[in-house]
Amino acid sequence: MTMKYTREHEWLRIEGEIATIGITFYAQEQLGDVVFVELPDIDTNCDQGAEVAVVESVKAASDIYAPISGTIIEVNEDLSERPELINEDPENDGWFFRIRLDDISELDALLDEAAYQEFIQEEEL
Amino acid sequence: MIVDVQHLKLESFHTKLGAKFVSFAGYRMPISYPLGVKGEHLQTRKAIGLFDVSHMGQIIIEGPQAAEALEKLVPAALQEMKPGQIRYSQLTLENGGILDDLMLTRWDKNSWGLVVNGACKFDDIKHLEQYLDASILMTHLEDLCLIAVQGPRARLALSSIMPEAADLVFMQSIRTTWNNIEIVLSCCGYTGEDGYEISIHKDHAETLAIKLTDLEEATWVGLGARNSLRLETGLCLYGNDLTRDTTPIEAGLIWSIQKRRRIDGGFLGAEVICKQIEIGVDRKRVGITPLDGRTPIRDHTLLKTEGGEIVGEITSGGFGPTHNGPIAMAYISHNVSAIETTLVAEVRGKTLPCKVCDPGFVKQHYIRAL
Repeated sequence: MTMKYTREHEWLRIEGEIATIGITFYAQEQLGDVVFVELPDIDTNCDQGAEVAVVESVKAASDIYAPISGTIIEVNEDLSERPELINEDPENDGWFFRIRLDDISELDALLDEAAYQEFIQEEEL
Repeated sequence: MIVDVQHLKLESFHTKLGAKFVSFAGYRMPISYPLGVKGEHLQTRKAIGLFDVSHMGQIIIEGPQAAEALEKLVPAALQEMKPGQIRYSQLTLENGGILDDLMLTRWDKNSWGLVVNGACKFDDIKHLEQYLDASILMTHLEDLCLIAVQGPRARLALSSIMPEAADLVFMQSIRTTWNNIEIVLSCCGYTGEDGYEISIHKDHAETLAIKLTDLEEATWVGLGARNSLRLETGLCLYGNDLTRDTTPIEAGLIWSIQKRRRIDGGFLGAEVICKQIEIGVDRKRVGITPLDGRTPIRDHTLLKTEGGEIVGEITSGGFGPTHNGPIAMAYISHNVSAIETTLVAEVRGKTLPCKVCDPGFVKQHYIRAL
């Protein structure tokens, strides 16, 4: 299992060719209280960078981009009823969807945890 | 045009409380505090919310026949008002549109206090200068701050430090003192709750802010929750729900135009507005709620009939923490404005079924009698 991060504040937990994707603790803090999530349909093929989900907080709506190309194989149905899971437990129970990766080499361009921490520290300045 | 951003007198006070800031109405304003938008909203509905709204314009108008002079610019009936009484009205334009909405307080026969929106205050002053007779004196009270204390516990808590608060009902105001400092204490607000606005000289604002912070169950509230609180209770935001191209009648504000003015007119735009009172309007402000009960519909979302015809647009939309669901206001064609009419909103390229509802998603709780 490997953790990867994006500059759009998503995390990916990679197990073989499957990646589970959500938003980081930092991202949910910036968003504020999440009140609604729109998730992609299962079996959707998405290109890296495509808009695949929407998360709405009390402040605004934000797009969630596919951090990696692949096929959506599962979505977190619990978020429809309990969008607050994204604030309460963003990196576990608040996951968004799972993708079967098209091209594992796309992962190389993503950040590891140390690089992501450095990135958010720079963003805070 | 680049204008320097204005700073609230209490900016460093808010910074110490951990506020996040945004630029609004030319000012650097707190958008939220560490409690967060949802928590601030709920605390105001449950107990007490404190708001620094010192960006708003405070103006004194005085002179012979000041009521008659102001009545040429607003559709509210002013001549009948008693000292200490407040009325909500609008500065109207020749086309019937709205330059700004405002609160007017009568102080005595020929003296009036106006509170106008921060983003509009300089346009308002120009407008007043243009239309008011030279015998009328206008003073922009730029050295005053304005702090709102809102919520069901505000009355009891504020009365412990300002005893006069207990005697005021909704839309009443008095000039009094607190700690030997002159203040204006008004029973009104922008949350739909019982509460007050306190006008105080900027040199004493921090002392007051500290005292208010110490009130039990009081929390500071930023612009984020200020917006959800007003939208939930169906109150209009100038710039979104009221503009130079919407009339008070289209906005559903006929209640703010007293009978004499509806009949006699005599204010800017009266030809258009009185005609609308008589024959009706082509479009009106309504509430909109999605049938799924959970997808927020944001500002500027287009509304269509089920057949695909565009019939209106959301002017304010978001999430209401007390309503615990999406809340929105829209202007739509009169023929589809009946409550329960089904429409579709275009949200992110998809059609979302929704229906017309009353814009008051949460009941207002004003104290109108003691």
